Amino acid sequence: MSEAKLSVSGVRKVFEGRAGEVVALDGVDFEIAEKEFVTVIGTSGCGKSTMLSIIAGLEEESEGEVLVNGEPVHGPGRDRGVVFQSYTLFPWMTAQKNVEFALHGTKGERADIAREHLELVGLEGFADAYPSQLSGGMRQRIAIARALSYKPEVLLMDEPFGALDAQTRQLMQELLTRIWEEHRLTVMFVTHDIDEAVFLSDRVLVMTARPGRIKEDIRVGVERPRTFEVLSTPEFFEYKSRLLEAVREESLKTATEQLAVR
Amino acid sequence: MAEAISKTPEAGAPKRAPAGRPAGKRRRKLAGIFDPIEPRTYMIIALLSFAVLFFGWWVAAEIDLAKDIFLPSPADVWNRGVELAKDGTLWADVKVSFVRITIGFLISTAIALPIGIAIGTYRLAEAAIEPPVDFIRYMPAVAFLPLTIVWVGVDESQKWLIIFIGTFFQQVLLVMDNVKRVPREYVDISHTLGMRDHSVLRKVVLPAAAPAIWDTLRITLGWAWTWLVIAELVAASDGLGHRIIVAQRYFQTDTIFVGILVIGLLGLIMDQIMKYTGKRIFRWAE
Ligand SMILES: Nc1ncnc2c1ncn2[C@@H]1O[C@H](COP(=O)(O)OP(=O)(O)O)[C@@H](O)[C@H]1O
Ligand SMILES: [Mg+2]
Repeated sequence: MSEAKLSVSGVRKVFEGRAGEVVALDGVDFEIAEKEFVTVIGTSGCGKSTMLSIIAGLEEESEGEVLVNGEPVHGPGRDRGVVFQSYTLFPWMTAQKNVEFALHGTKGERADIAREHLELVGLEGFADAYPSQLSGGMRQRIAIARALSYKPEVLLMDEPFGALDAQTRQLMQELLTRIWEEHRLTVMFVTHDIDEAVFLSDRVLVMTARPGRIKEDIRVGVERPRTFEVLSTPEFFEYKSRLLEAVREESLKTATEQLAVR
Repeated sequence: MAEAISKTPEAGAPKRAPAGRPAGKRRRKLAGIFDPIEPRTYMIIALLSFAVLFFGWWVAAEIDLAKDIFLPSPADVWNRGVELAKDGTLWADVKVSFVRITIGFLISTAIALPIGIAIGTYRLAEAAIEPPVDFIRYMPAVAFLPLTIVWVGVDESQKWLIIFIGTFFQQVLLVMDNVKRVPREYVDISHTLGMRDHSVLRKVVLPAAAPAIWDTLRITLGWAWTWLVIAELVAASDGLGHRIIVAQRYFQTDTIFVGILVIGLLGLIMDQIMKYTGKRIFRWAE
């Protein structure tokens, strides 16, 4: 069929809540090509996490279809790696064991593969540390190492840096960009941070306010390799202001809706 | 450029900051909400409060606030305790009570753990088991005393049964809650790693809930002591509770005090052992 690594078509999601039905997603369509870094951006509550969960197979769509390599998704699987914002590591396992945990049934030396990936995120010296002994940024790096270690086809990241302070966050963005530029993975990244979206992505998809749909699909032409210096280029600002406007329209919709309810 | 920066208000900020908090002379606030204190300070205050309690008792007995028969002095109680320890009564009572609580508590725990874990993880199991357990929990365990005697008589199994009735239903609900509090992210991540439910339960949910479950056991063990003593007060021919009820018949208030203090002490020791062991096993949870 298509060349897309990940293809989402006509996805609709209705939650049965206590206060009746909540239509979280309504007609989401997009594709992600192989080795493309795509960010989904939108106001809080527009359905980003729901979309990601459906692709991960953790939630079921009410209508529509998700294909990975042309195959429909049925439940979670090792072809899709996931990094969440919080509770990403198992606190009773060391960093090393956390990564090894993802490698059950993997051929080759699990310990070696795990160590290699800790090295990739610059934490080989913390292999024996427990998550409680590590900073938030370090924990997310290990979570990324774990998600990469078993080589999923698509990496799904739901605001993985959302709980970090601004400085750490930027370092994490640079780290992720560096890894991505070296290894070229297929990534769907979710955020509500516009700078983050522009800095990381090949393409940015803007979602509408709830019910979520893809409203705009913007290709980011900022050259690679990217370092923090691109943040101050006019080109970067151009993409940023375009996205700001698109997202702002949607936030305003949500805000006026909430006011109207009162 | 550098000049321009130094004129900005931010540049002045570091100069102001030390004024608010003089370097080297950190003024420690002790009494604020959630403010930490030194472990040593904590210890001293704790010991002091025991000393005050003890001193109050001693004074009350000294000035004969009540007759000795109602309130024996610390010295009387101590002497009585030594006497009971020497003739072996105390040790025999402690042993009997200890064995009872251990057996009763272990039976209860052994059954409560799997059920609590099952209803914490599977909604179907919860629907079937949680409502009746919740209902029974509100029935006073003491009211079951006569029933237990009718059912199993007054031998050891009746003590176990009372401890069981008093402990089991609470344990089931607390363990259920412990399991439910395991972050869903852990389960989601495990599923995306291709794990099946049964291994997620074994390798993720259980270890994640283990520290909280351990705490549940520690707390319910404390409650189990109450049930043990009640069982022994009502129908037993030995044990610490029995010693207390016999002493009451002969107005041996000092013996009653010895019994109560020993029970309290045993409870405290077991609690501390559980706490310490828990900290050792679950070092990661800090
Ligand atoms: N399990 C659920 N049950 C009911 N409503 C839900 C559930 N999960 C999400 N929602 C609702 O769906 C909408 C989208 O949520 P979410 O995908 O988490 O948004 P985002 O990640 O963009 O902030 C929200 O209005 C949220 O309240
Ligand atoms: Mg979200």
